[in-house]
Amino acid sequence: MGDLDFEVIQRAGPYLWKGLQYTLQLTAVAAVGGIFFGTLLALARLSSAKLLAKTAAGYVNLMRATPLLLVIFWFYFLVPVLLQMITGADAPPRIGAERSAYFTFIMFEAAFFCEIMRAGIQSIPKGQVGAAYALGLNYWQVMKLVVLPQAFRNMLPVLLTQTIILFQDVSLVSLLNVTDFVGASVKIAQRDSRIVELYCFVAIVYFVCCLSLSWAVKRLQSRIAIIR
Amino acid sequence: MNLGIFFQQMPDADETWAQMLLSGLNYTLTVALFAWLLAFFAGSIVGVIRTTDRRWLVRLGNAYVELFRNIPLLVQFFIWYFVLPGVLPSVKHWVVSLDPTEHQLVTAILCLGFYTSARIAEQVKSGILALPRGQRLAGYALGLTQAQTYRYVLLPMAYRIIIPPLTSDTMSLIKNTSVAYSIGLVELFFRTREMGEITFRYFEAFAAATLIYIVISMIANRVMVLIESRVAVPGYVSLGK
Repeated sequence: MGDLDFEVIQRAGPYLWKGLQYTLQLTAVAAVGGIFFGTLLALARLSSAKLLAKTAAGYVNLMRATPLLLVIFWFYFLVPVLLQMITGADAPPRIGAERSAYFTFIMFEAAFFCEIMRAGIQSIPKGQVGAAYALGLNYWQVMKLVVLPQAFRNMLPVLLTQTIILFQDVSLVSLLNVTDFVGASVKIAQRDSRIVELYCFVAIVYFVCCLSLSWAVKRLQSRIAIIR
Repeated sequence: MNLGIFFQQMPDADETWAQMLLSGLNYTLTVALFAWLLAFFAGSIVGVIRTTDRRWLVRLGNAYVELFRNIPLLVQFFIWYFVLPGVLPSVKHWVVSLDPTEHQLVTAILCLGFYTSARIAEQVKSGILALPRGQRLAGYALGLTQAQTYRYVLLPMAYRIIIPPLTSDTMSLIKNTSVAYSIGLVELFFRTREMGEITFRYFEAFAAATLIYIVISMIANRVMVLIESRVAVPGYVSLGK
């Protein structure tokens, strides 16, 4: 094994960095969008309108029971068709896997963030909701001013942990030939026949990123715990 | 939508498309079963050593869990499949002697087994720590050794406590077998894509696969619930009924 050449990483640096940028961008967009739609889903699941609650629950369970890889491919096929239906174009628009992935991950992660937010909303004592209604606030005001800020705060560590998982899950888009961080290194590895060096590098980068992020989350968790 | 496609013969083969998907399911279930056994065994050992009073064992267990939790599953597949034989000549020697499908199968079982074991280790640890301290001390007071205390006092209760999180880990494992597609194992997802690509019936193929995954996840869930109620210690853990 004496002929390892780690300089290949330096040479491919800009290309790998572009891949990593895509990964980070997709993670950030999916986390923000997922939390937004996840919160709406959680509100729907907890609503007293039976049909709405059932539909939201069905969606969440469907997403959670299906392998992410299947979901990625589903959306890859379906998003162009859906866009065609919405815009009324003659042919499905070609948006490519790179862009459909944003949609996929927002919709997929929304199901997971929904469950987290639901737990967060339920952790707020019922009396607070009652008190807010007694003050004359309406439903959206109660949620926006009283329940959700506390729910977010209580669930922040869990939301961040889920985001770290999302960061890792994003790597699966490389199987649709998208040049994310893993996709970029697969391409370089195959072009330069430097599989060992590049895959080790990718593993180390992910390991360092995720480990330091999860330590930061642990720290945050203990700080929040003291204040409460 | 045309369900008849599943009963049509594949080109150049005696099988129908439905049979081909089921042959993929066969690999999916084989991988899931053996990976689960490996994960349960390794996860239990690592979970236990993280609750002992030996500092270095605890550190070792923590490092193990962090290693497998902080690298994406896909990258772990690449490491097991490409990097390990590339770095270790003895592994390469053994791999070359294998049939490619066998190599993929073994890789998938090892990769998913160790990946899941880190999660199970976490559950086993929290199950043991959830027990009152008095149980361990009572075990020692009865003259049991540390190993006996774990075997007869702590683990039987800890396993019962962690059945619900273990269920969701099991369901994740079943879903994660689809990532074995990345190394070319002919499991359910691989077969689904293959069918889509050859017949252009993507919708039917993916709908069938989605349904199959949901059904096997549900069966796994039911089995775990059944085990939970069978092994429940009367009066100790309420089943929420």
